[in-house]
Amino acid sequence: MTLQEIVAELNLMCLTNPCDFSAIEVKSGYASDLLSCVMAGARHHGVWITLQSHSNVVAVAALLELSAVIITEGARPSQDAIDKANEERVNLFLTDKSTFWVVGKLWEMGVRDS
Amino acid sequence: MTEGRAGETLLQVERGITDETVGHITRVEELFYELRIEDTMTRDPKVVTPDVPMRAVLELFRQARISGAPVVVQGELVGIISIEDLIRALVKGDLDVPLKEYMTSKVITVQAQSPVIEALKTFAQTRVGRLPVVDENGRLVGIITKGDITRGVLKALQRDIQLEELKRYRASHLFEDIVSDRTSLVLRYYIKPRDFTHGGQASHHIKRALLRLGASPQVARRCGIAAYEAEMNLIIHTTNGGVIRVGIEPSDILIETFDDGPGIPDIQLAMTPGYSTAPEEVREMGFGAGMGLKNIERCADSMQLESIPGKGTHLTVRIYLHPQDGQVREHKSEGGTRIA
Repeated sequence: MTLQEIVAELNLMCLTNPCDFSAIEVKSGYASDLLSCVMAGARHHGVWITLQSHSNVVAVAALLELSAVIITEGARPSQDAIDKANEERVNLFLTDKSTFWVVGKLWEMGVRDS
Repeated sequence: MTEGRAGETLLQVERGITDETVGHITRVEELFYELRIEDTMTRDPKVVTPDVPMRAVLELFRQARISGAPVVVQGELVGIISIEDLIRALVKGDLDVPLKEYMTSKVITVQAQSPVIEALKTFAQTRVGRLPVVDENGRLVGIITKGDITRGVLKALQRDIQLEELKRYRASHLFEDIVSDRTSLVLRYYIKPRDFTHGGQASHHIKRALLRLGASPQVARRCGIAAYEAEMNLIIHTTNGGVIRVGIEPSDILIETFDDGPGIPDIQLAMTPGYSTAPEEVREMGFGAGMGLKNIERCADSMQLESIPGKGTHLTVRIYLHPQDGQVREHKSEGGTRIA
């Protein structure tokens, strides 16, 4: 599944510099607000759903080479975090919906945890 | 993209650049200041003299596929003629009059030695499509358009990529080119307590260094995760911060952290998944899940944690560079991790 399909279906707001999302493959999904759990559980090229929005989210996503991070409940990250994400080429998205809703939608679309 | 970015840069220039904006400047913006106009301009442009008819201008534009040309008299710039001027002449059916009737004689020029940003500023202020470029004596040496600037920036970015490849190539040959009985490279990172803003930076640098040195992406990722958890532990828990020391050798990577307190009273307990002593405000940020040390263990081929309460903690993580050394990893997962 491409990131483009997910962005369109979930109507996500892109916070970072947009790139060609149709060229980015999303292979799996992971949801948690505990960074070490993400470190242990998220797979690279996956999408991570969280309501954490500070700049360390970007550090974790960059280290794991995630395809995208979806920040839920409208928890907008600081400009510093967004700048850092642009620098590290991490794709950050924002939605007003809850983590539960986003995960449910992704599951319906066929995204699995591994 | 270039225009939008250039616009932003211009705004910053007008407001004056603060330390804060400097931190946000992208590579493309940097290049607007680094590249000189003469690096990106078209040299030896097609020129015309004032007395040739507009019909000749039409022919020149058509054949050379250009949309403007400087007008010179004995090398000296006296005007500029553009496709807009040609259109005005065409509308009036004036193709046989000399071009000096239609040219713009108050020419705005830029200096060859100036940075590209000067040309961008002039483009934004004047809305002209091309600028004649002159040397320090005012003689015409080239012409520049926004297209030239875009091409110049793209070329420079390509050079950046090649430079990164070269750095990677050089770094990956470090161990082959330098002869000794035992070669190692040591990287040190000083981590400040509670510095969440920079959390993850050291581990990012470690991972990038390893990739440059030719480590496989899997090994670099494991080192990155182990280093990240160790780095966050120093940030979250230590009294005065600590040091990450990465020793790189041809066969393995040794990641160590040193700090001077407060120390871990019960290491077995600290290793238990979910056990955490992180304060509430740190947990609210998603840190201190009680998984950090477990994650390090999972990424390591061997791990050793020594601590004296009140004195400090010393963490040692070893990761082998080649899969054939992986037997040790197998052994470890059977409970071979030595916890001092």
